[in-house]
Amino acid sequence: MTIRVLVAKVGLDGHDRGIKVVARLLRDAGMEVVYTGLFQTPETVAIAAIQEDVDVVGLSMLSGAHLTLAPMVVGALRAKGSDIPVVLGGIVPKSDLEDMRAAGMAAVFVPGASAEEIMASIIEVVSASTSETI
Amino acid sequence: MADMNAYDQWLALYKTSAKRDVTFATMSGVPLDPVYGPENGEFPGQFPYTRGVHASMYRSRLWTMRMFAGFGTALDTNRRFKEIIAAGGQGLSTAFDMPTLLGLDSDDPMALGEVGRCGVAIDSLTDMRDLFTDIDLATITTSMTINSPAAVMLALFIAQAEEKGVARNQLGGTLQNDILKEYQAQKEFVFPPRQSMRLVRDTIAFTAAEMPKWNSISVSGYHIREAGSTAAEELAFTLVNGFAYVELARQAGLQVDEVAPRLSFFFNAHIDFFEEIAKYRAARRLWATWMRDHYGATNELSWKLRFHTQTAGVSLTAQQPEVNIARTAIEALAGVLGGTQSLHTNSMDEALALPSERAARTALRTQQVIAYETNVVNVADPLGGSWFVEELTDEMTRQAEAIFAEISAMGEGSMLEGCIKGIEENWFQGRIAESAYNLERSFNQGQRIVVGVNDFTEGNDNADLEILRITNEDELKQVGRLNDVRQNRDESKVLLALEELTTDAIDPEVNLMPALINASRAYVTVGEMMGAMEKIFGRHIEVPTL
Repeated sequence: MTIRVLVAKVGLDGHDRGIKVVARLLRDAGMEVVYTGLFQTPETVAIAAIQEDVDVVGLSMLSGAHLTLAPMVVGALRAKGSDIPVVLGGIVPKSDLEDMRAAGMAAVFVPGASAEEIMASIIEVVSASTSETI
Repeated sequence: MADMNAYDQWLALYKTSAKRDVTFATMSGVPLDPVYGPENGEFPGQFPYTRGVHASMYRSRLWTMRMFAGFGTALDTNRRFKEIIAAGGQGLSTAFDMPTLLGLDSDDPMALGEVGRCGVAIDSLTDMRDLFTDIDLATITTSMTINSPAAVMLALFIAQAEEKGVARNQLGGTLQNDILKEYQAQKEFVFPPRQSMRLVRDTIAFTAAEMPKWNSISVSGYHIREAGSTAAEELAFTLVNGFAYVELARQAGLQVDEVAPRLSFFFNAHIDFFEEIAKYRAARRLWATWMRDHYGATNELSWKLRFHTQTAGVSLTAQQPEVNIARTAIEALAGVLGGTQSLHTNSMDEALALPSERAARTALRTQQVIAYETNVVNVADPLGGSWFVEELTDEMTRQAEAIFAEISAMGEGSMLEGCIKGIEENWFQGRIAESAYNLERSFNQGQRIVVGVNDFTEGNDNADLEILRITNEDELKQVGRLNDVRQNRDESKVLLALEELTTDAIDPEVNLMPALINASRAYVTVGEMMGAMEKIFGRHIEVPTL
């Protein structure tokens, strides 16, 4: 089965180099990738993820707003009854890892994470979440 | 001077330049000439300035060590500014937070979680006043790194300075105000391109008339490069944006020689040492040639490309962050050997967070080592005449010219139209993303080594650095400050100022700066001013592409 990924920029952060590069690498690896563009809210991301029926949502945040906004994306999905897993990457200090996992991130990629790690982790997250639903 | 050779012409200029009071010799006492080269070659201070814009370069004056800073509330950043000045920094450069960069107030729902994180939050005159408390605005130059709301920030800056008794014509500094690269690379845009360019036009015309010491635009390649472009793309896109602003000002009735001397430039210093030096040399040569031959500039100041440099944030690694000090030093050295006028050095911890005070100090110290210990400042353009560097300079020039031709063709002869069309058709954005992808693939395939990332990883599990933490408390504090402003201002003045701004915005012939300054004085907030203009101008939406 082909993995479908929604990659998203939430909030005001315009740094889109990372998300575009990662999106293309995911495509190269055979995944289907949807990108909804800049300045999204947790609500618009949740709606798009459900409508596009993706297997996983990938957030890219470099402004420090992940502490507030990443948990809100998970919250918006769950409030709509969706269990789509959410992963997060960007400028996330290691000291935030615990908080982010507690807030429901299925995986967090800190600065320096390699493309291989991201790929492997997404596959793992998706297979874990689909096996739960079986 | 027609009968003098290049050397004699240079010597005449050199002799009349002021010199720093130091001995120009090597550590072991070998006396050094101010520049080396054949008598009929090109010398610094001579058209097309490949070798530098001044005849005496750093013998007269070192570059300005301008450290970029901003976080939390205006009070927090004011404290950091004073630390920078105390540590020997000579210029300030203000980093704004995301809501401010997008013209939103700190209590806007979209600002949630972003206030004070990436820079300082500025909502009103109160914040701008506190930001520059006890800083001598007549002697310290200030750079404000902001684009979509640049005109609003300039208005606030003028309003607070005039309150303190410093007239606008005394103010020296730079507004980044380079909106074109926002659509191309940095992506902090608000209004559609043409409406944004009207605001840029207004700031150019206003500063040309009223602020003789102000640089109206810092044409910035930095963000283009950080977004993933190649060196030649950074060079070409930046200069083309510069050409577009010159064309814009001409449409507004200004002469090229009234505008071009007020444009300064801002380039990246990436890790490929010689390519960066060649890029700066080519930039000066290309700008001078195009200003004189294509745009008809006759004032030497219009030909001279002056630039600020920042080391490459994107080259920093989270792994073994101390190694970033070495990267930054090498990049900064390229900026200096390339003849930069001012320099910001990144801190070792910036792959992880905003810099801690200690890391920022080490970054400034790195510049001081280059300036005061290495002796590289004694001789102008020390790499000039190197077969390799000269050829690489020519190659950068050729590649940039090829890109100029493409953009000019898109605009049917107009660089301004070519830029706007290229933005609207995602041409710039696509090229930058393509280059970023190609570079990333070369890392992933192991064709390029990054120390600590895909090789030499021993030591990666060492303890983390102490990093600067911005808490949600700062956001609450700032929202509190904004509430105080809203409660204590005269609402009738606010409404009047907003009406004036709206009326002026409707007429594209009117310069918006006076209305923005009036609104600033009435404590109209940044979000309110931008909101009033958005009603007239509309909002830009980028079509997402991968």
